[in-house]
Amino acid sequence: MLYLFLALPFVGAILPALAGNNRNLGASLAALAPLAALTGLLLNAGPIFDGGALVASVPWAPTLGLNLTVRIDGLAFLFAVLVLGIGLLIILYARYYLSARDSMPRFYALLLFFMGAMLGIVVSGNLLMMLVFWELTSIASFLLIGFWSHREDARKGARMALAITGGGGLCLLAGILLLGNIVGSYELDVVLAAGDVIRAHPLYAPMLILVLLGAFTKSAQFPFHFWLPHAMAAPTPVSAYLHSATMVKAGVFLLARLFPALSGTELWTLVVSSAGMATLLIGAYVALFKHDLKGLLAYSTLSHLGLITLLFGFNTPLAAVAAVFHIINHATFKASLFMAAGIIDHETGTRDMRRINGLWKYMPHTAVLAMVAAAAMAGVPLMNGFLSKEMFFAESLHLGLSGIAAWLPPLVATLAGVFSVAYSVRFIHDVFFNGEPIDLPKYPPHEPPRYMKIPVEILVAVCVLVGVAPAWIIAPLLDAAAGATLNGNLPDYSLAVWHGLNLPLMMSVIALVGGLLIYAFRHRLFSLHERLPEVDEKRVFEGLVRMSQGLAWRVTRVFENDSLQDYLRAMLMALVLALFAGLWLSPVDWRLPQMLPVDIPTVALGALLVVAAGVTALWHRKRVFALLLLSVVGLVVSVTFIRFSAPDLALTQLVVEVVTVLLLMLALFFLPDSAALESTARGRVRDAVLSSLVGIGVGAMAWLMMTTDVPRLADWFMAQSVPGGGGTNVVNVILVDFRGFDTFGEITVLAIAALGIYALLRELYLKAPELNGRGRPWAMETHPLILEVVSRPLLSLSLLVSLYIFLRGHNLPGGGFIAGLVTSVALLMQYVANGVSWVQSRIRSHYLAVTGIGLSVALVTGMGSWFFDRPFLTSAHGYLTLPVIGKMHLASALLFDIGVYLTVVGATLLMLSRLGRVSTLDRKRGGH
Amino acid sequence: MNAHLPVLPVLVPMATAVLLIFGQAWSRGTRRWLSMAGLVVQGAVLATLGGVLAGQGPQAYFLGNWSAPFGIVLVADHLSLWLLWTTWALATAALVYACRGADGVNRRFHVLFHFQLMGINGAFLTGDLFNLFVFFEVLLIASYTLLNHGGGKARTRAALHYVTLNLVGSSVFLIALGMLYASLGTLNMAHLSERMAAVEGTAETLARGAGYLLLLVFGLKAALVPMYAWLPRTYAAASGPVAALFAIMTKVGVYAVLRIFTLLYGEQGRLAGLGDEVLFLVALLTLAAGSLGVFSAHNLRRLSAWMVVLSAGILMAAVAMGGAELLGAMLYYLAHTTLATGLLFLLADRIRERGGAEADDWRLASLPSPGPALGILFLVAAVAAVGLPPLSGFFAKAQLLLASHDHDWSWWYWLALLGSSLILLLAFSRAGSSLFWRRSGQAMAGYEPLAVLVLAGLAATLLVLALAQQPLMELAAKAAADLLDVDAYRQLVLGKEAG
Repeated sequence: MLYLFLALPFVGAILPALAGNNRNLGASLAALAPLAALTGLLLNAGPIFDGGALVASVPWAPTLGLNLTVRIDGLAFLFAVLVLGIGLLIILYARYYLSARDSMPRFYALLLFFMGAMLGIVVSGNLLMMLVFWELTSIASFLLIGFWSHREDARKGARMALAITGGGGLCLLAGILLLGNIVGSYELDVVLAAGDVIRAHPLYAPMLILVLLGAFTKSAQFPFHFWLPHAMAAPTPVSAYLHSATMVKAGVFLLARLFPALSGTELWTLVVSSAGMATLLIGAYVALFKHDLKGLLAYSTLSHLGLITLLFGFNTPLAAVAAVFHIINHATFKASLFMAAGIIDHETGTRDMRRINGLWKYMPHTAVLAMVAAAAMAGVPLMNGFLSKEMFFAESLHLGLSGIAAWLPPLVATLAGVFSVAYSVRFIHDVFFNGEPIDLPKYPPHEPPRYMKIPVEILVAVCVLVGVAPAWIIAPLLDAAAGATLNGNLPDYSLAVWHGLNLPLMMSVIALVGGLLIYAFRHRLFSLHERLPEVDEKRVFEGLVRMSQGLAWRVTRVFENDSLQDYLRAMLMALVLALFAGLWLSPVDWRLPQMLPVDIPTVALGALLVVAAGVTALWHRKRVFALLLLSVVGLVVSVTFIRFSAPDLALTQLVVEVVTVLLLMLALFFLPDSAALESTARGRVRDAVLSSLVGIGVGAMAWLMMTTDVPRLADWFMAQSVPGGGGTNVVNVILVDFRGFDTFGEITVLAIAALGIYALLRELYLKAPELNGRGRPWAMETHPLILEVVSRPLLSLSLLVSLYIFLRGHNLPGGGFIAGLVTSVALLMQYVANGVSWVQSRIRSHYLAVTGIGLSVALVTGMGSWFFDRPFLTSAHGYLTLPVIGKMHLASALLFDIGVYLTVVGATLLMLSRLGRVSTLDRKRGGH
Repeated sequence: MNAHLPVLPVLVPMATAVLLIFGQAWSRGTRRWLSMAGLVVQGAVLATLGGVLAGQGPQAYFLGNWSAPFGIVLVADHLSLWLLWTTWALATAALVYACRGADGVNRRFHVLFHFQLMGINGAFLTGDLFNLFVFFEVLLIASYTLLNHGGGKARTRAALHYVTLNLVGSSVFLIALGMLYASLGTLNMAHLSERMAAVEGTAETLARGAGYLLLLVFGLKAALVPMYAWLPRTYAAASGPVAALFAIMTKVGVYAVLRIFTLLYGEQGRLAGLGDEVLFLVALLTLAAGSLGVFSAHNLRRLSAWMVVLSAGILMAAVAMGGAELLGAMLYYLAHTTLATGLLFLLADRIRERGGAEADDWRLASLPSPGPALGILFLVAAVAAVGLPPLSGFFAKAQLLLASHDHDWSWWYWLALLGSSLILLLAFSRAGSSLFWRRSGQAMAGYEPLAVLVLAGLAATLLVLALAQQPLMELAAKAAADLLDVDAYRQLVLGKEAG
């Protein structure tokens, strides 16, 4: 039931959309859910008034400590009634306030969404769950404040409100996590009972500050007060709702809710009361000088929130009772005042009090309502505001402080009272009297539709009834709410209208008289105020945001500058650090290992390698030349492999070199044959240092790698190659069997690369240059005759060679990979010698398909072992006797090797043939 | 078939891709169905694998029937499963979105997409360091070609940066592998882990250096400072579905650090805890850089791309701090942030599909508004990304905060997490209000219910993550437990003859 109660507003948010353009139906549908919720709540309120609570709980995320606990005690009940009751009145009011251009379903949906979130805060029995709803109100209020999204002030006000309350929400999150950690639970019952543990905990101070930051931002306490006046860009029903009974009350609700757990320390008193006091004074003072009706009410809201906060800061049970009482009273008179302001705005077209004058004549009914509400705000006797203000004055006198500190609270209270009377008088006198209206956009103003006034009338009636007969009307509710706030330790207090002639009454009189006096001398004060330097917090805030944005942009641009060289440099610097940190932080033994004897060919090769690499780097701007030198490097590496008895690697390296150089040649054809000098001398020195450091680091590591001797897997591979893998060529057995899965991955890489290049070049046609870099024309004879003649017979020969290499692979240097490359080179030669079209017309097979077949063969071979209940890629081998050839050793790895072969051939040719076709020249001539 | 489950997440996308190679001539519809079917099968495989893991615990799969450490072994535990599911969910959304038309730009899209998945899945499953390198190559080359999907100058340029940096990264990876092999004589991760516990002398120097190099390589993948600057432009240049899929790519780097550093540089031996301080520092710097980037972004693509950087910082800092609880929270956050950024990339793409190439730039106030449907979706994505309730981001953040609170570095982490959240809040509220509110005129043309449905589906998973957080957190906790139980891992891979 309780969950249904909580879910009702959210469900109800969808309903108004059903009404379409029917405004009455829309409003009625919107009212349905809150009405049902309110009725349900009131019908079940019995136990609450006996000091109990309605509780239901189901676990949501027990690991996190998050349970869905609904807990409605007196305090929650009071707030729920305010949220739902005033919400209902707002729904009725908004029906007449919104114009035909405003989307009614959207408005009501957001309003109900907000209502649900607010209801969630107050009935949550788990702090994390409350936080969920807390943040939801921030989101909902953002959307509501920005409801008139075409207006810049609405958008900016919404963002500012979200930034402040959302930031506070983050603090609150941290604070509540700390709190839950201290207590060991987020359940409200547990937390409220653990006050002593909490206050004694070393993390109490940071936790308290974080929680208070959350409460203060939400309740717009100084210095976070500035978002609230700018939130007035919202439609007035929203302001009336958010700033009387809901949004801003969430902060003081939190203070009330956690009062038994957190209060009672000097830190609490100090922080809460000073924030409250500052807000109380600033709000009351600034309100007087606002010409905008809603602006005045906004600052007055600040001031009253400050008052409530200050009461909690007093840290006494009686003050807490007064605070709860003032929460009720403020909600009623402030909501009605906002609605009245909205009516005036609606009927006159402006909210500027310098123009709206003398409305008494035009709308006496509204005037009466506004006057009563304003009297409540000012704290005039027989109004509800008077009672709570009286209690506030009384509490300010009974703090038990000494010296100047004892005088400060009553002084501040009285002063704020004075201003509060003054702005209330101003609200009434300026608007309804004070001569004739000046230049109103809508003239003459008249009374609003009958039903628009009903919500105001109801609220005003509450103000008066509570003020006249508090003991009958409000006492039970206040008892329940205040009792819950204090966790059952309700002090004795009196709700009488008349307490006799005492100091608080004197203070009230001073406030009333002082307020009237100030209003009488307002013109002088206004001109004084105007001479004060004006601080526009909005501009400061926005300027700050914009400045930090600019800074963020500049910092980001320094590092993210779209320069590949810089990115690489950063990475290489990190590499240098990594290498040298490795050498620095662990012991290094630079001993010499047992060396092979030095022979001349090795030394010569080494020297050639160094020279070729060095010259490549030095002359890298001459592209073709650099490429040739690079191939020298590659050749030397291949020879080195042979020198150290790795013929497989040498073969592979050799063929890879051939293919790479061909590929690069094709690409270089489209580029100028020398690159421009782009780096400065200093840059080159820096890069030389950097690359040397990388070289030294990697070299040092290589040295260590060669001088370290540990048992390695290689020994096992050597031993197992024949018995386990059925091949004497260990390299091939490793490739297709021991680590066949790696090869499987690598041929996939090759296939993807081919596909990628194919895709990249598919639509690319470059104009082939007719002249080389020095202005000489390229030879027109693209396919020299001799090459053509020699290459054709060579094809069959080289294919035979590749077959041979393939077959012997498992036992002697060779294998699918090398064979594939040899085949590719053989076919490539035909391309070079005869042209793309000549070859293409003779080779019908599609290279992409060849690649695919290769991959499938590898895949299917691998999966074949599943039928023998062996893992993927398990190899079997045996001996087979064939006629003519004789006894042959066959391994199923051979099949896999065929896959490798086909993939290599397909992929390599796919890449190179595509690249060869990029040139428009070739297309134009149609080959040879 | 259950015996072969661990290899199937690699083979299924591979087989799908190969089939699609042959299907180049088939109609686009057929190819789409085939492509989707591949994902469905993969989902079924993961579901079965999840059942097996729940019943029998982590599974090792010895390829070629060679016992470890001699052959290659795949290890499927709850950590792998968690990442495989995250990948799968993201890939499904990206693929379905792409099937609305973006896949038609290039006939190879579906092929490459599945190859990409093969690489990612393989990286999450392998128990062999060299094999990890191979899968890194698979996913690198596939991502490079996918990045080029759709063509254009910006893409080609970004792709060039991407591939060049990553090729240097691959070289460093190889050097590091050489150093590890030289010092420990093996490449099997369990075996490495075992031998690392007793490493000393010169081998220790090499192993230490290799650790730092690996950190660098994985840092590049995860886009950590100082190798983060390539990411925003690259991701912003990629086409929508591709960028969305790429949201998982940096997490491969995170995973690699997590797995390798737990196994190799975890608790035992002279190199225990290697690089934790550096990683934490670098992660916080990355978080800062990401926050600045998010704050300075002026279009939704860049905002989303910087989100990826930012989340890499959050994740890596958690990895550096370690501990079962925090790692569980980190994994939950990982799934959340991957899906949320994926959604953001798709949203940016959708806005640009409808309003033109620069339509997601909120400085352009005179453009038409993207309309209420996308507006609501953006709100959902933003709420998730910023970390507000009731979506997954809030709970992920709360869990990270909670799980890290008693660590020595927790104050830094809290400050960074909460500070970045505030910046995200500012950035997203500005983005949303400028894109959807300030552009008050006519809505963009080209409203498409299907696109909204796809995006809403992805958005709904963020809600599911939040609602089902208890079972999910338990799964993530299991993943963290599997990861941290190094002894069980070694036992599983090396069996009785361990030593």
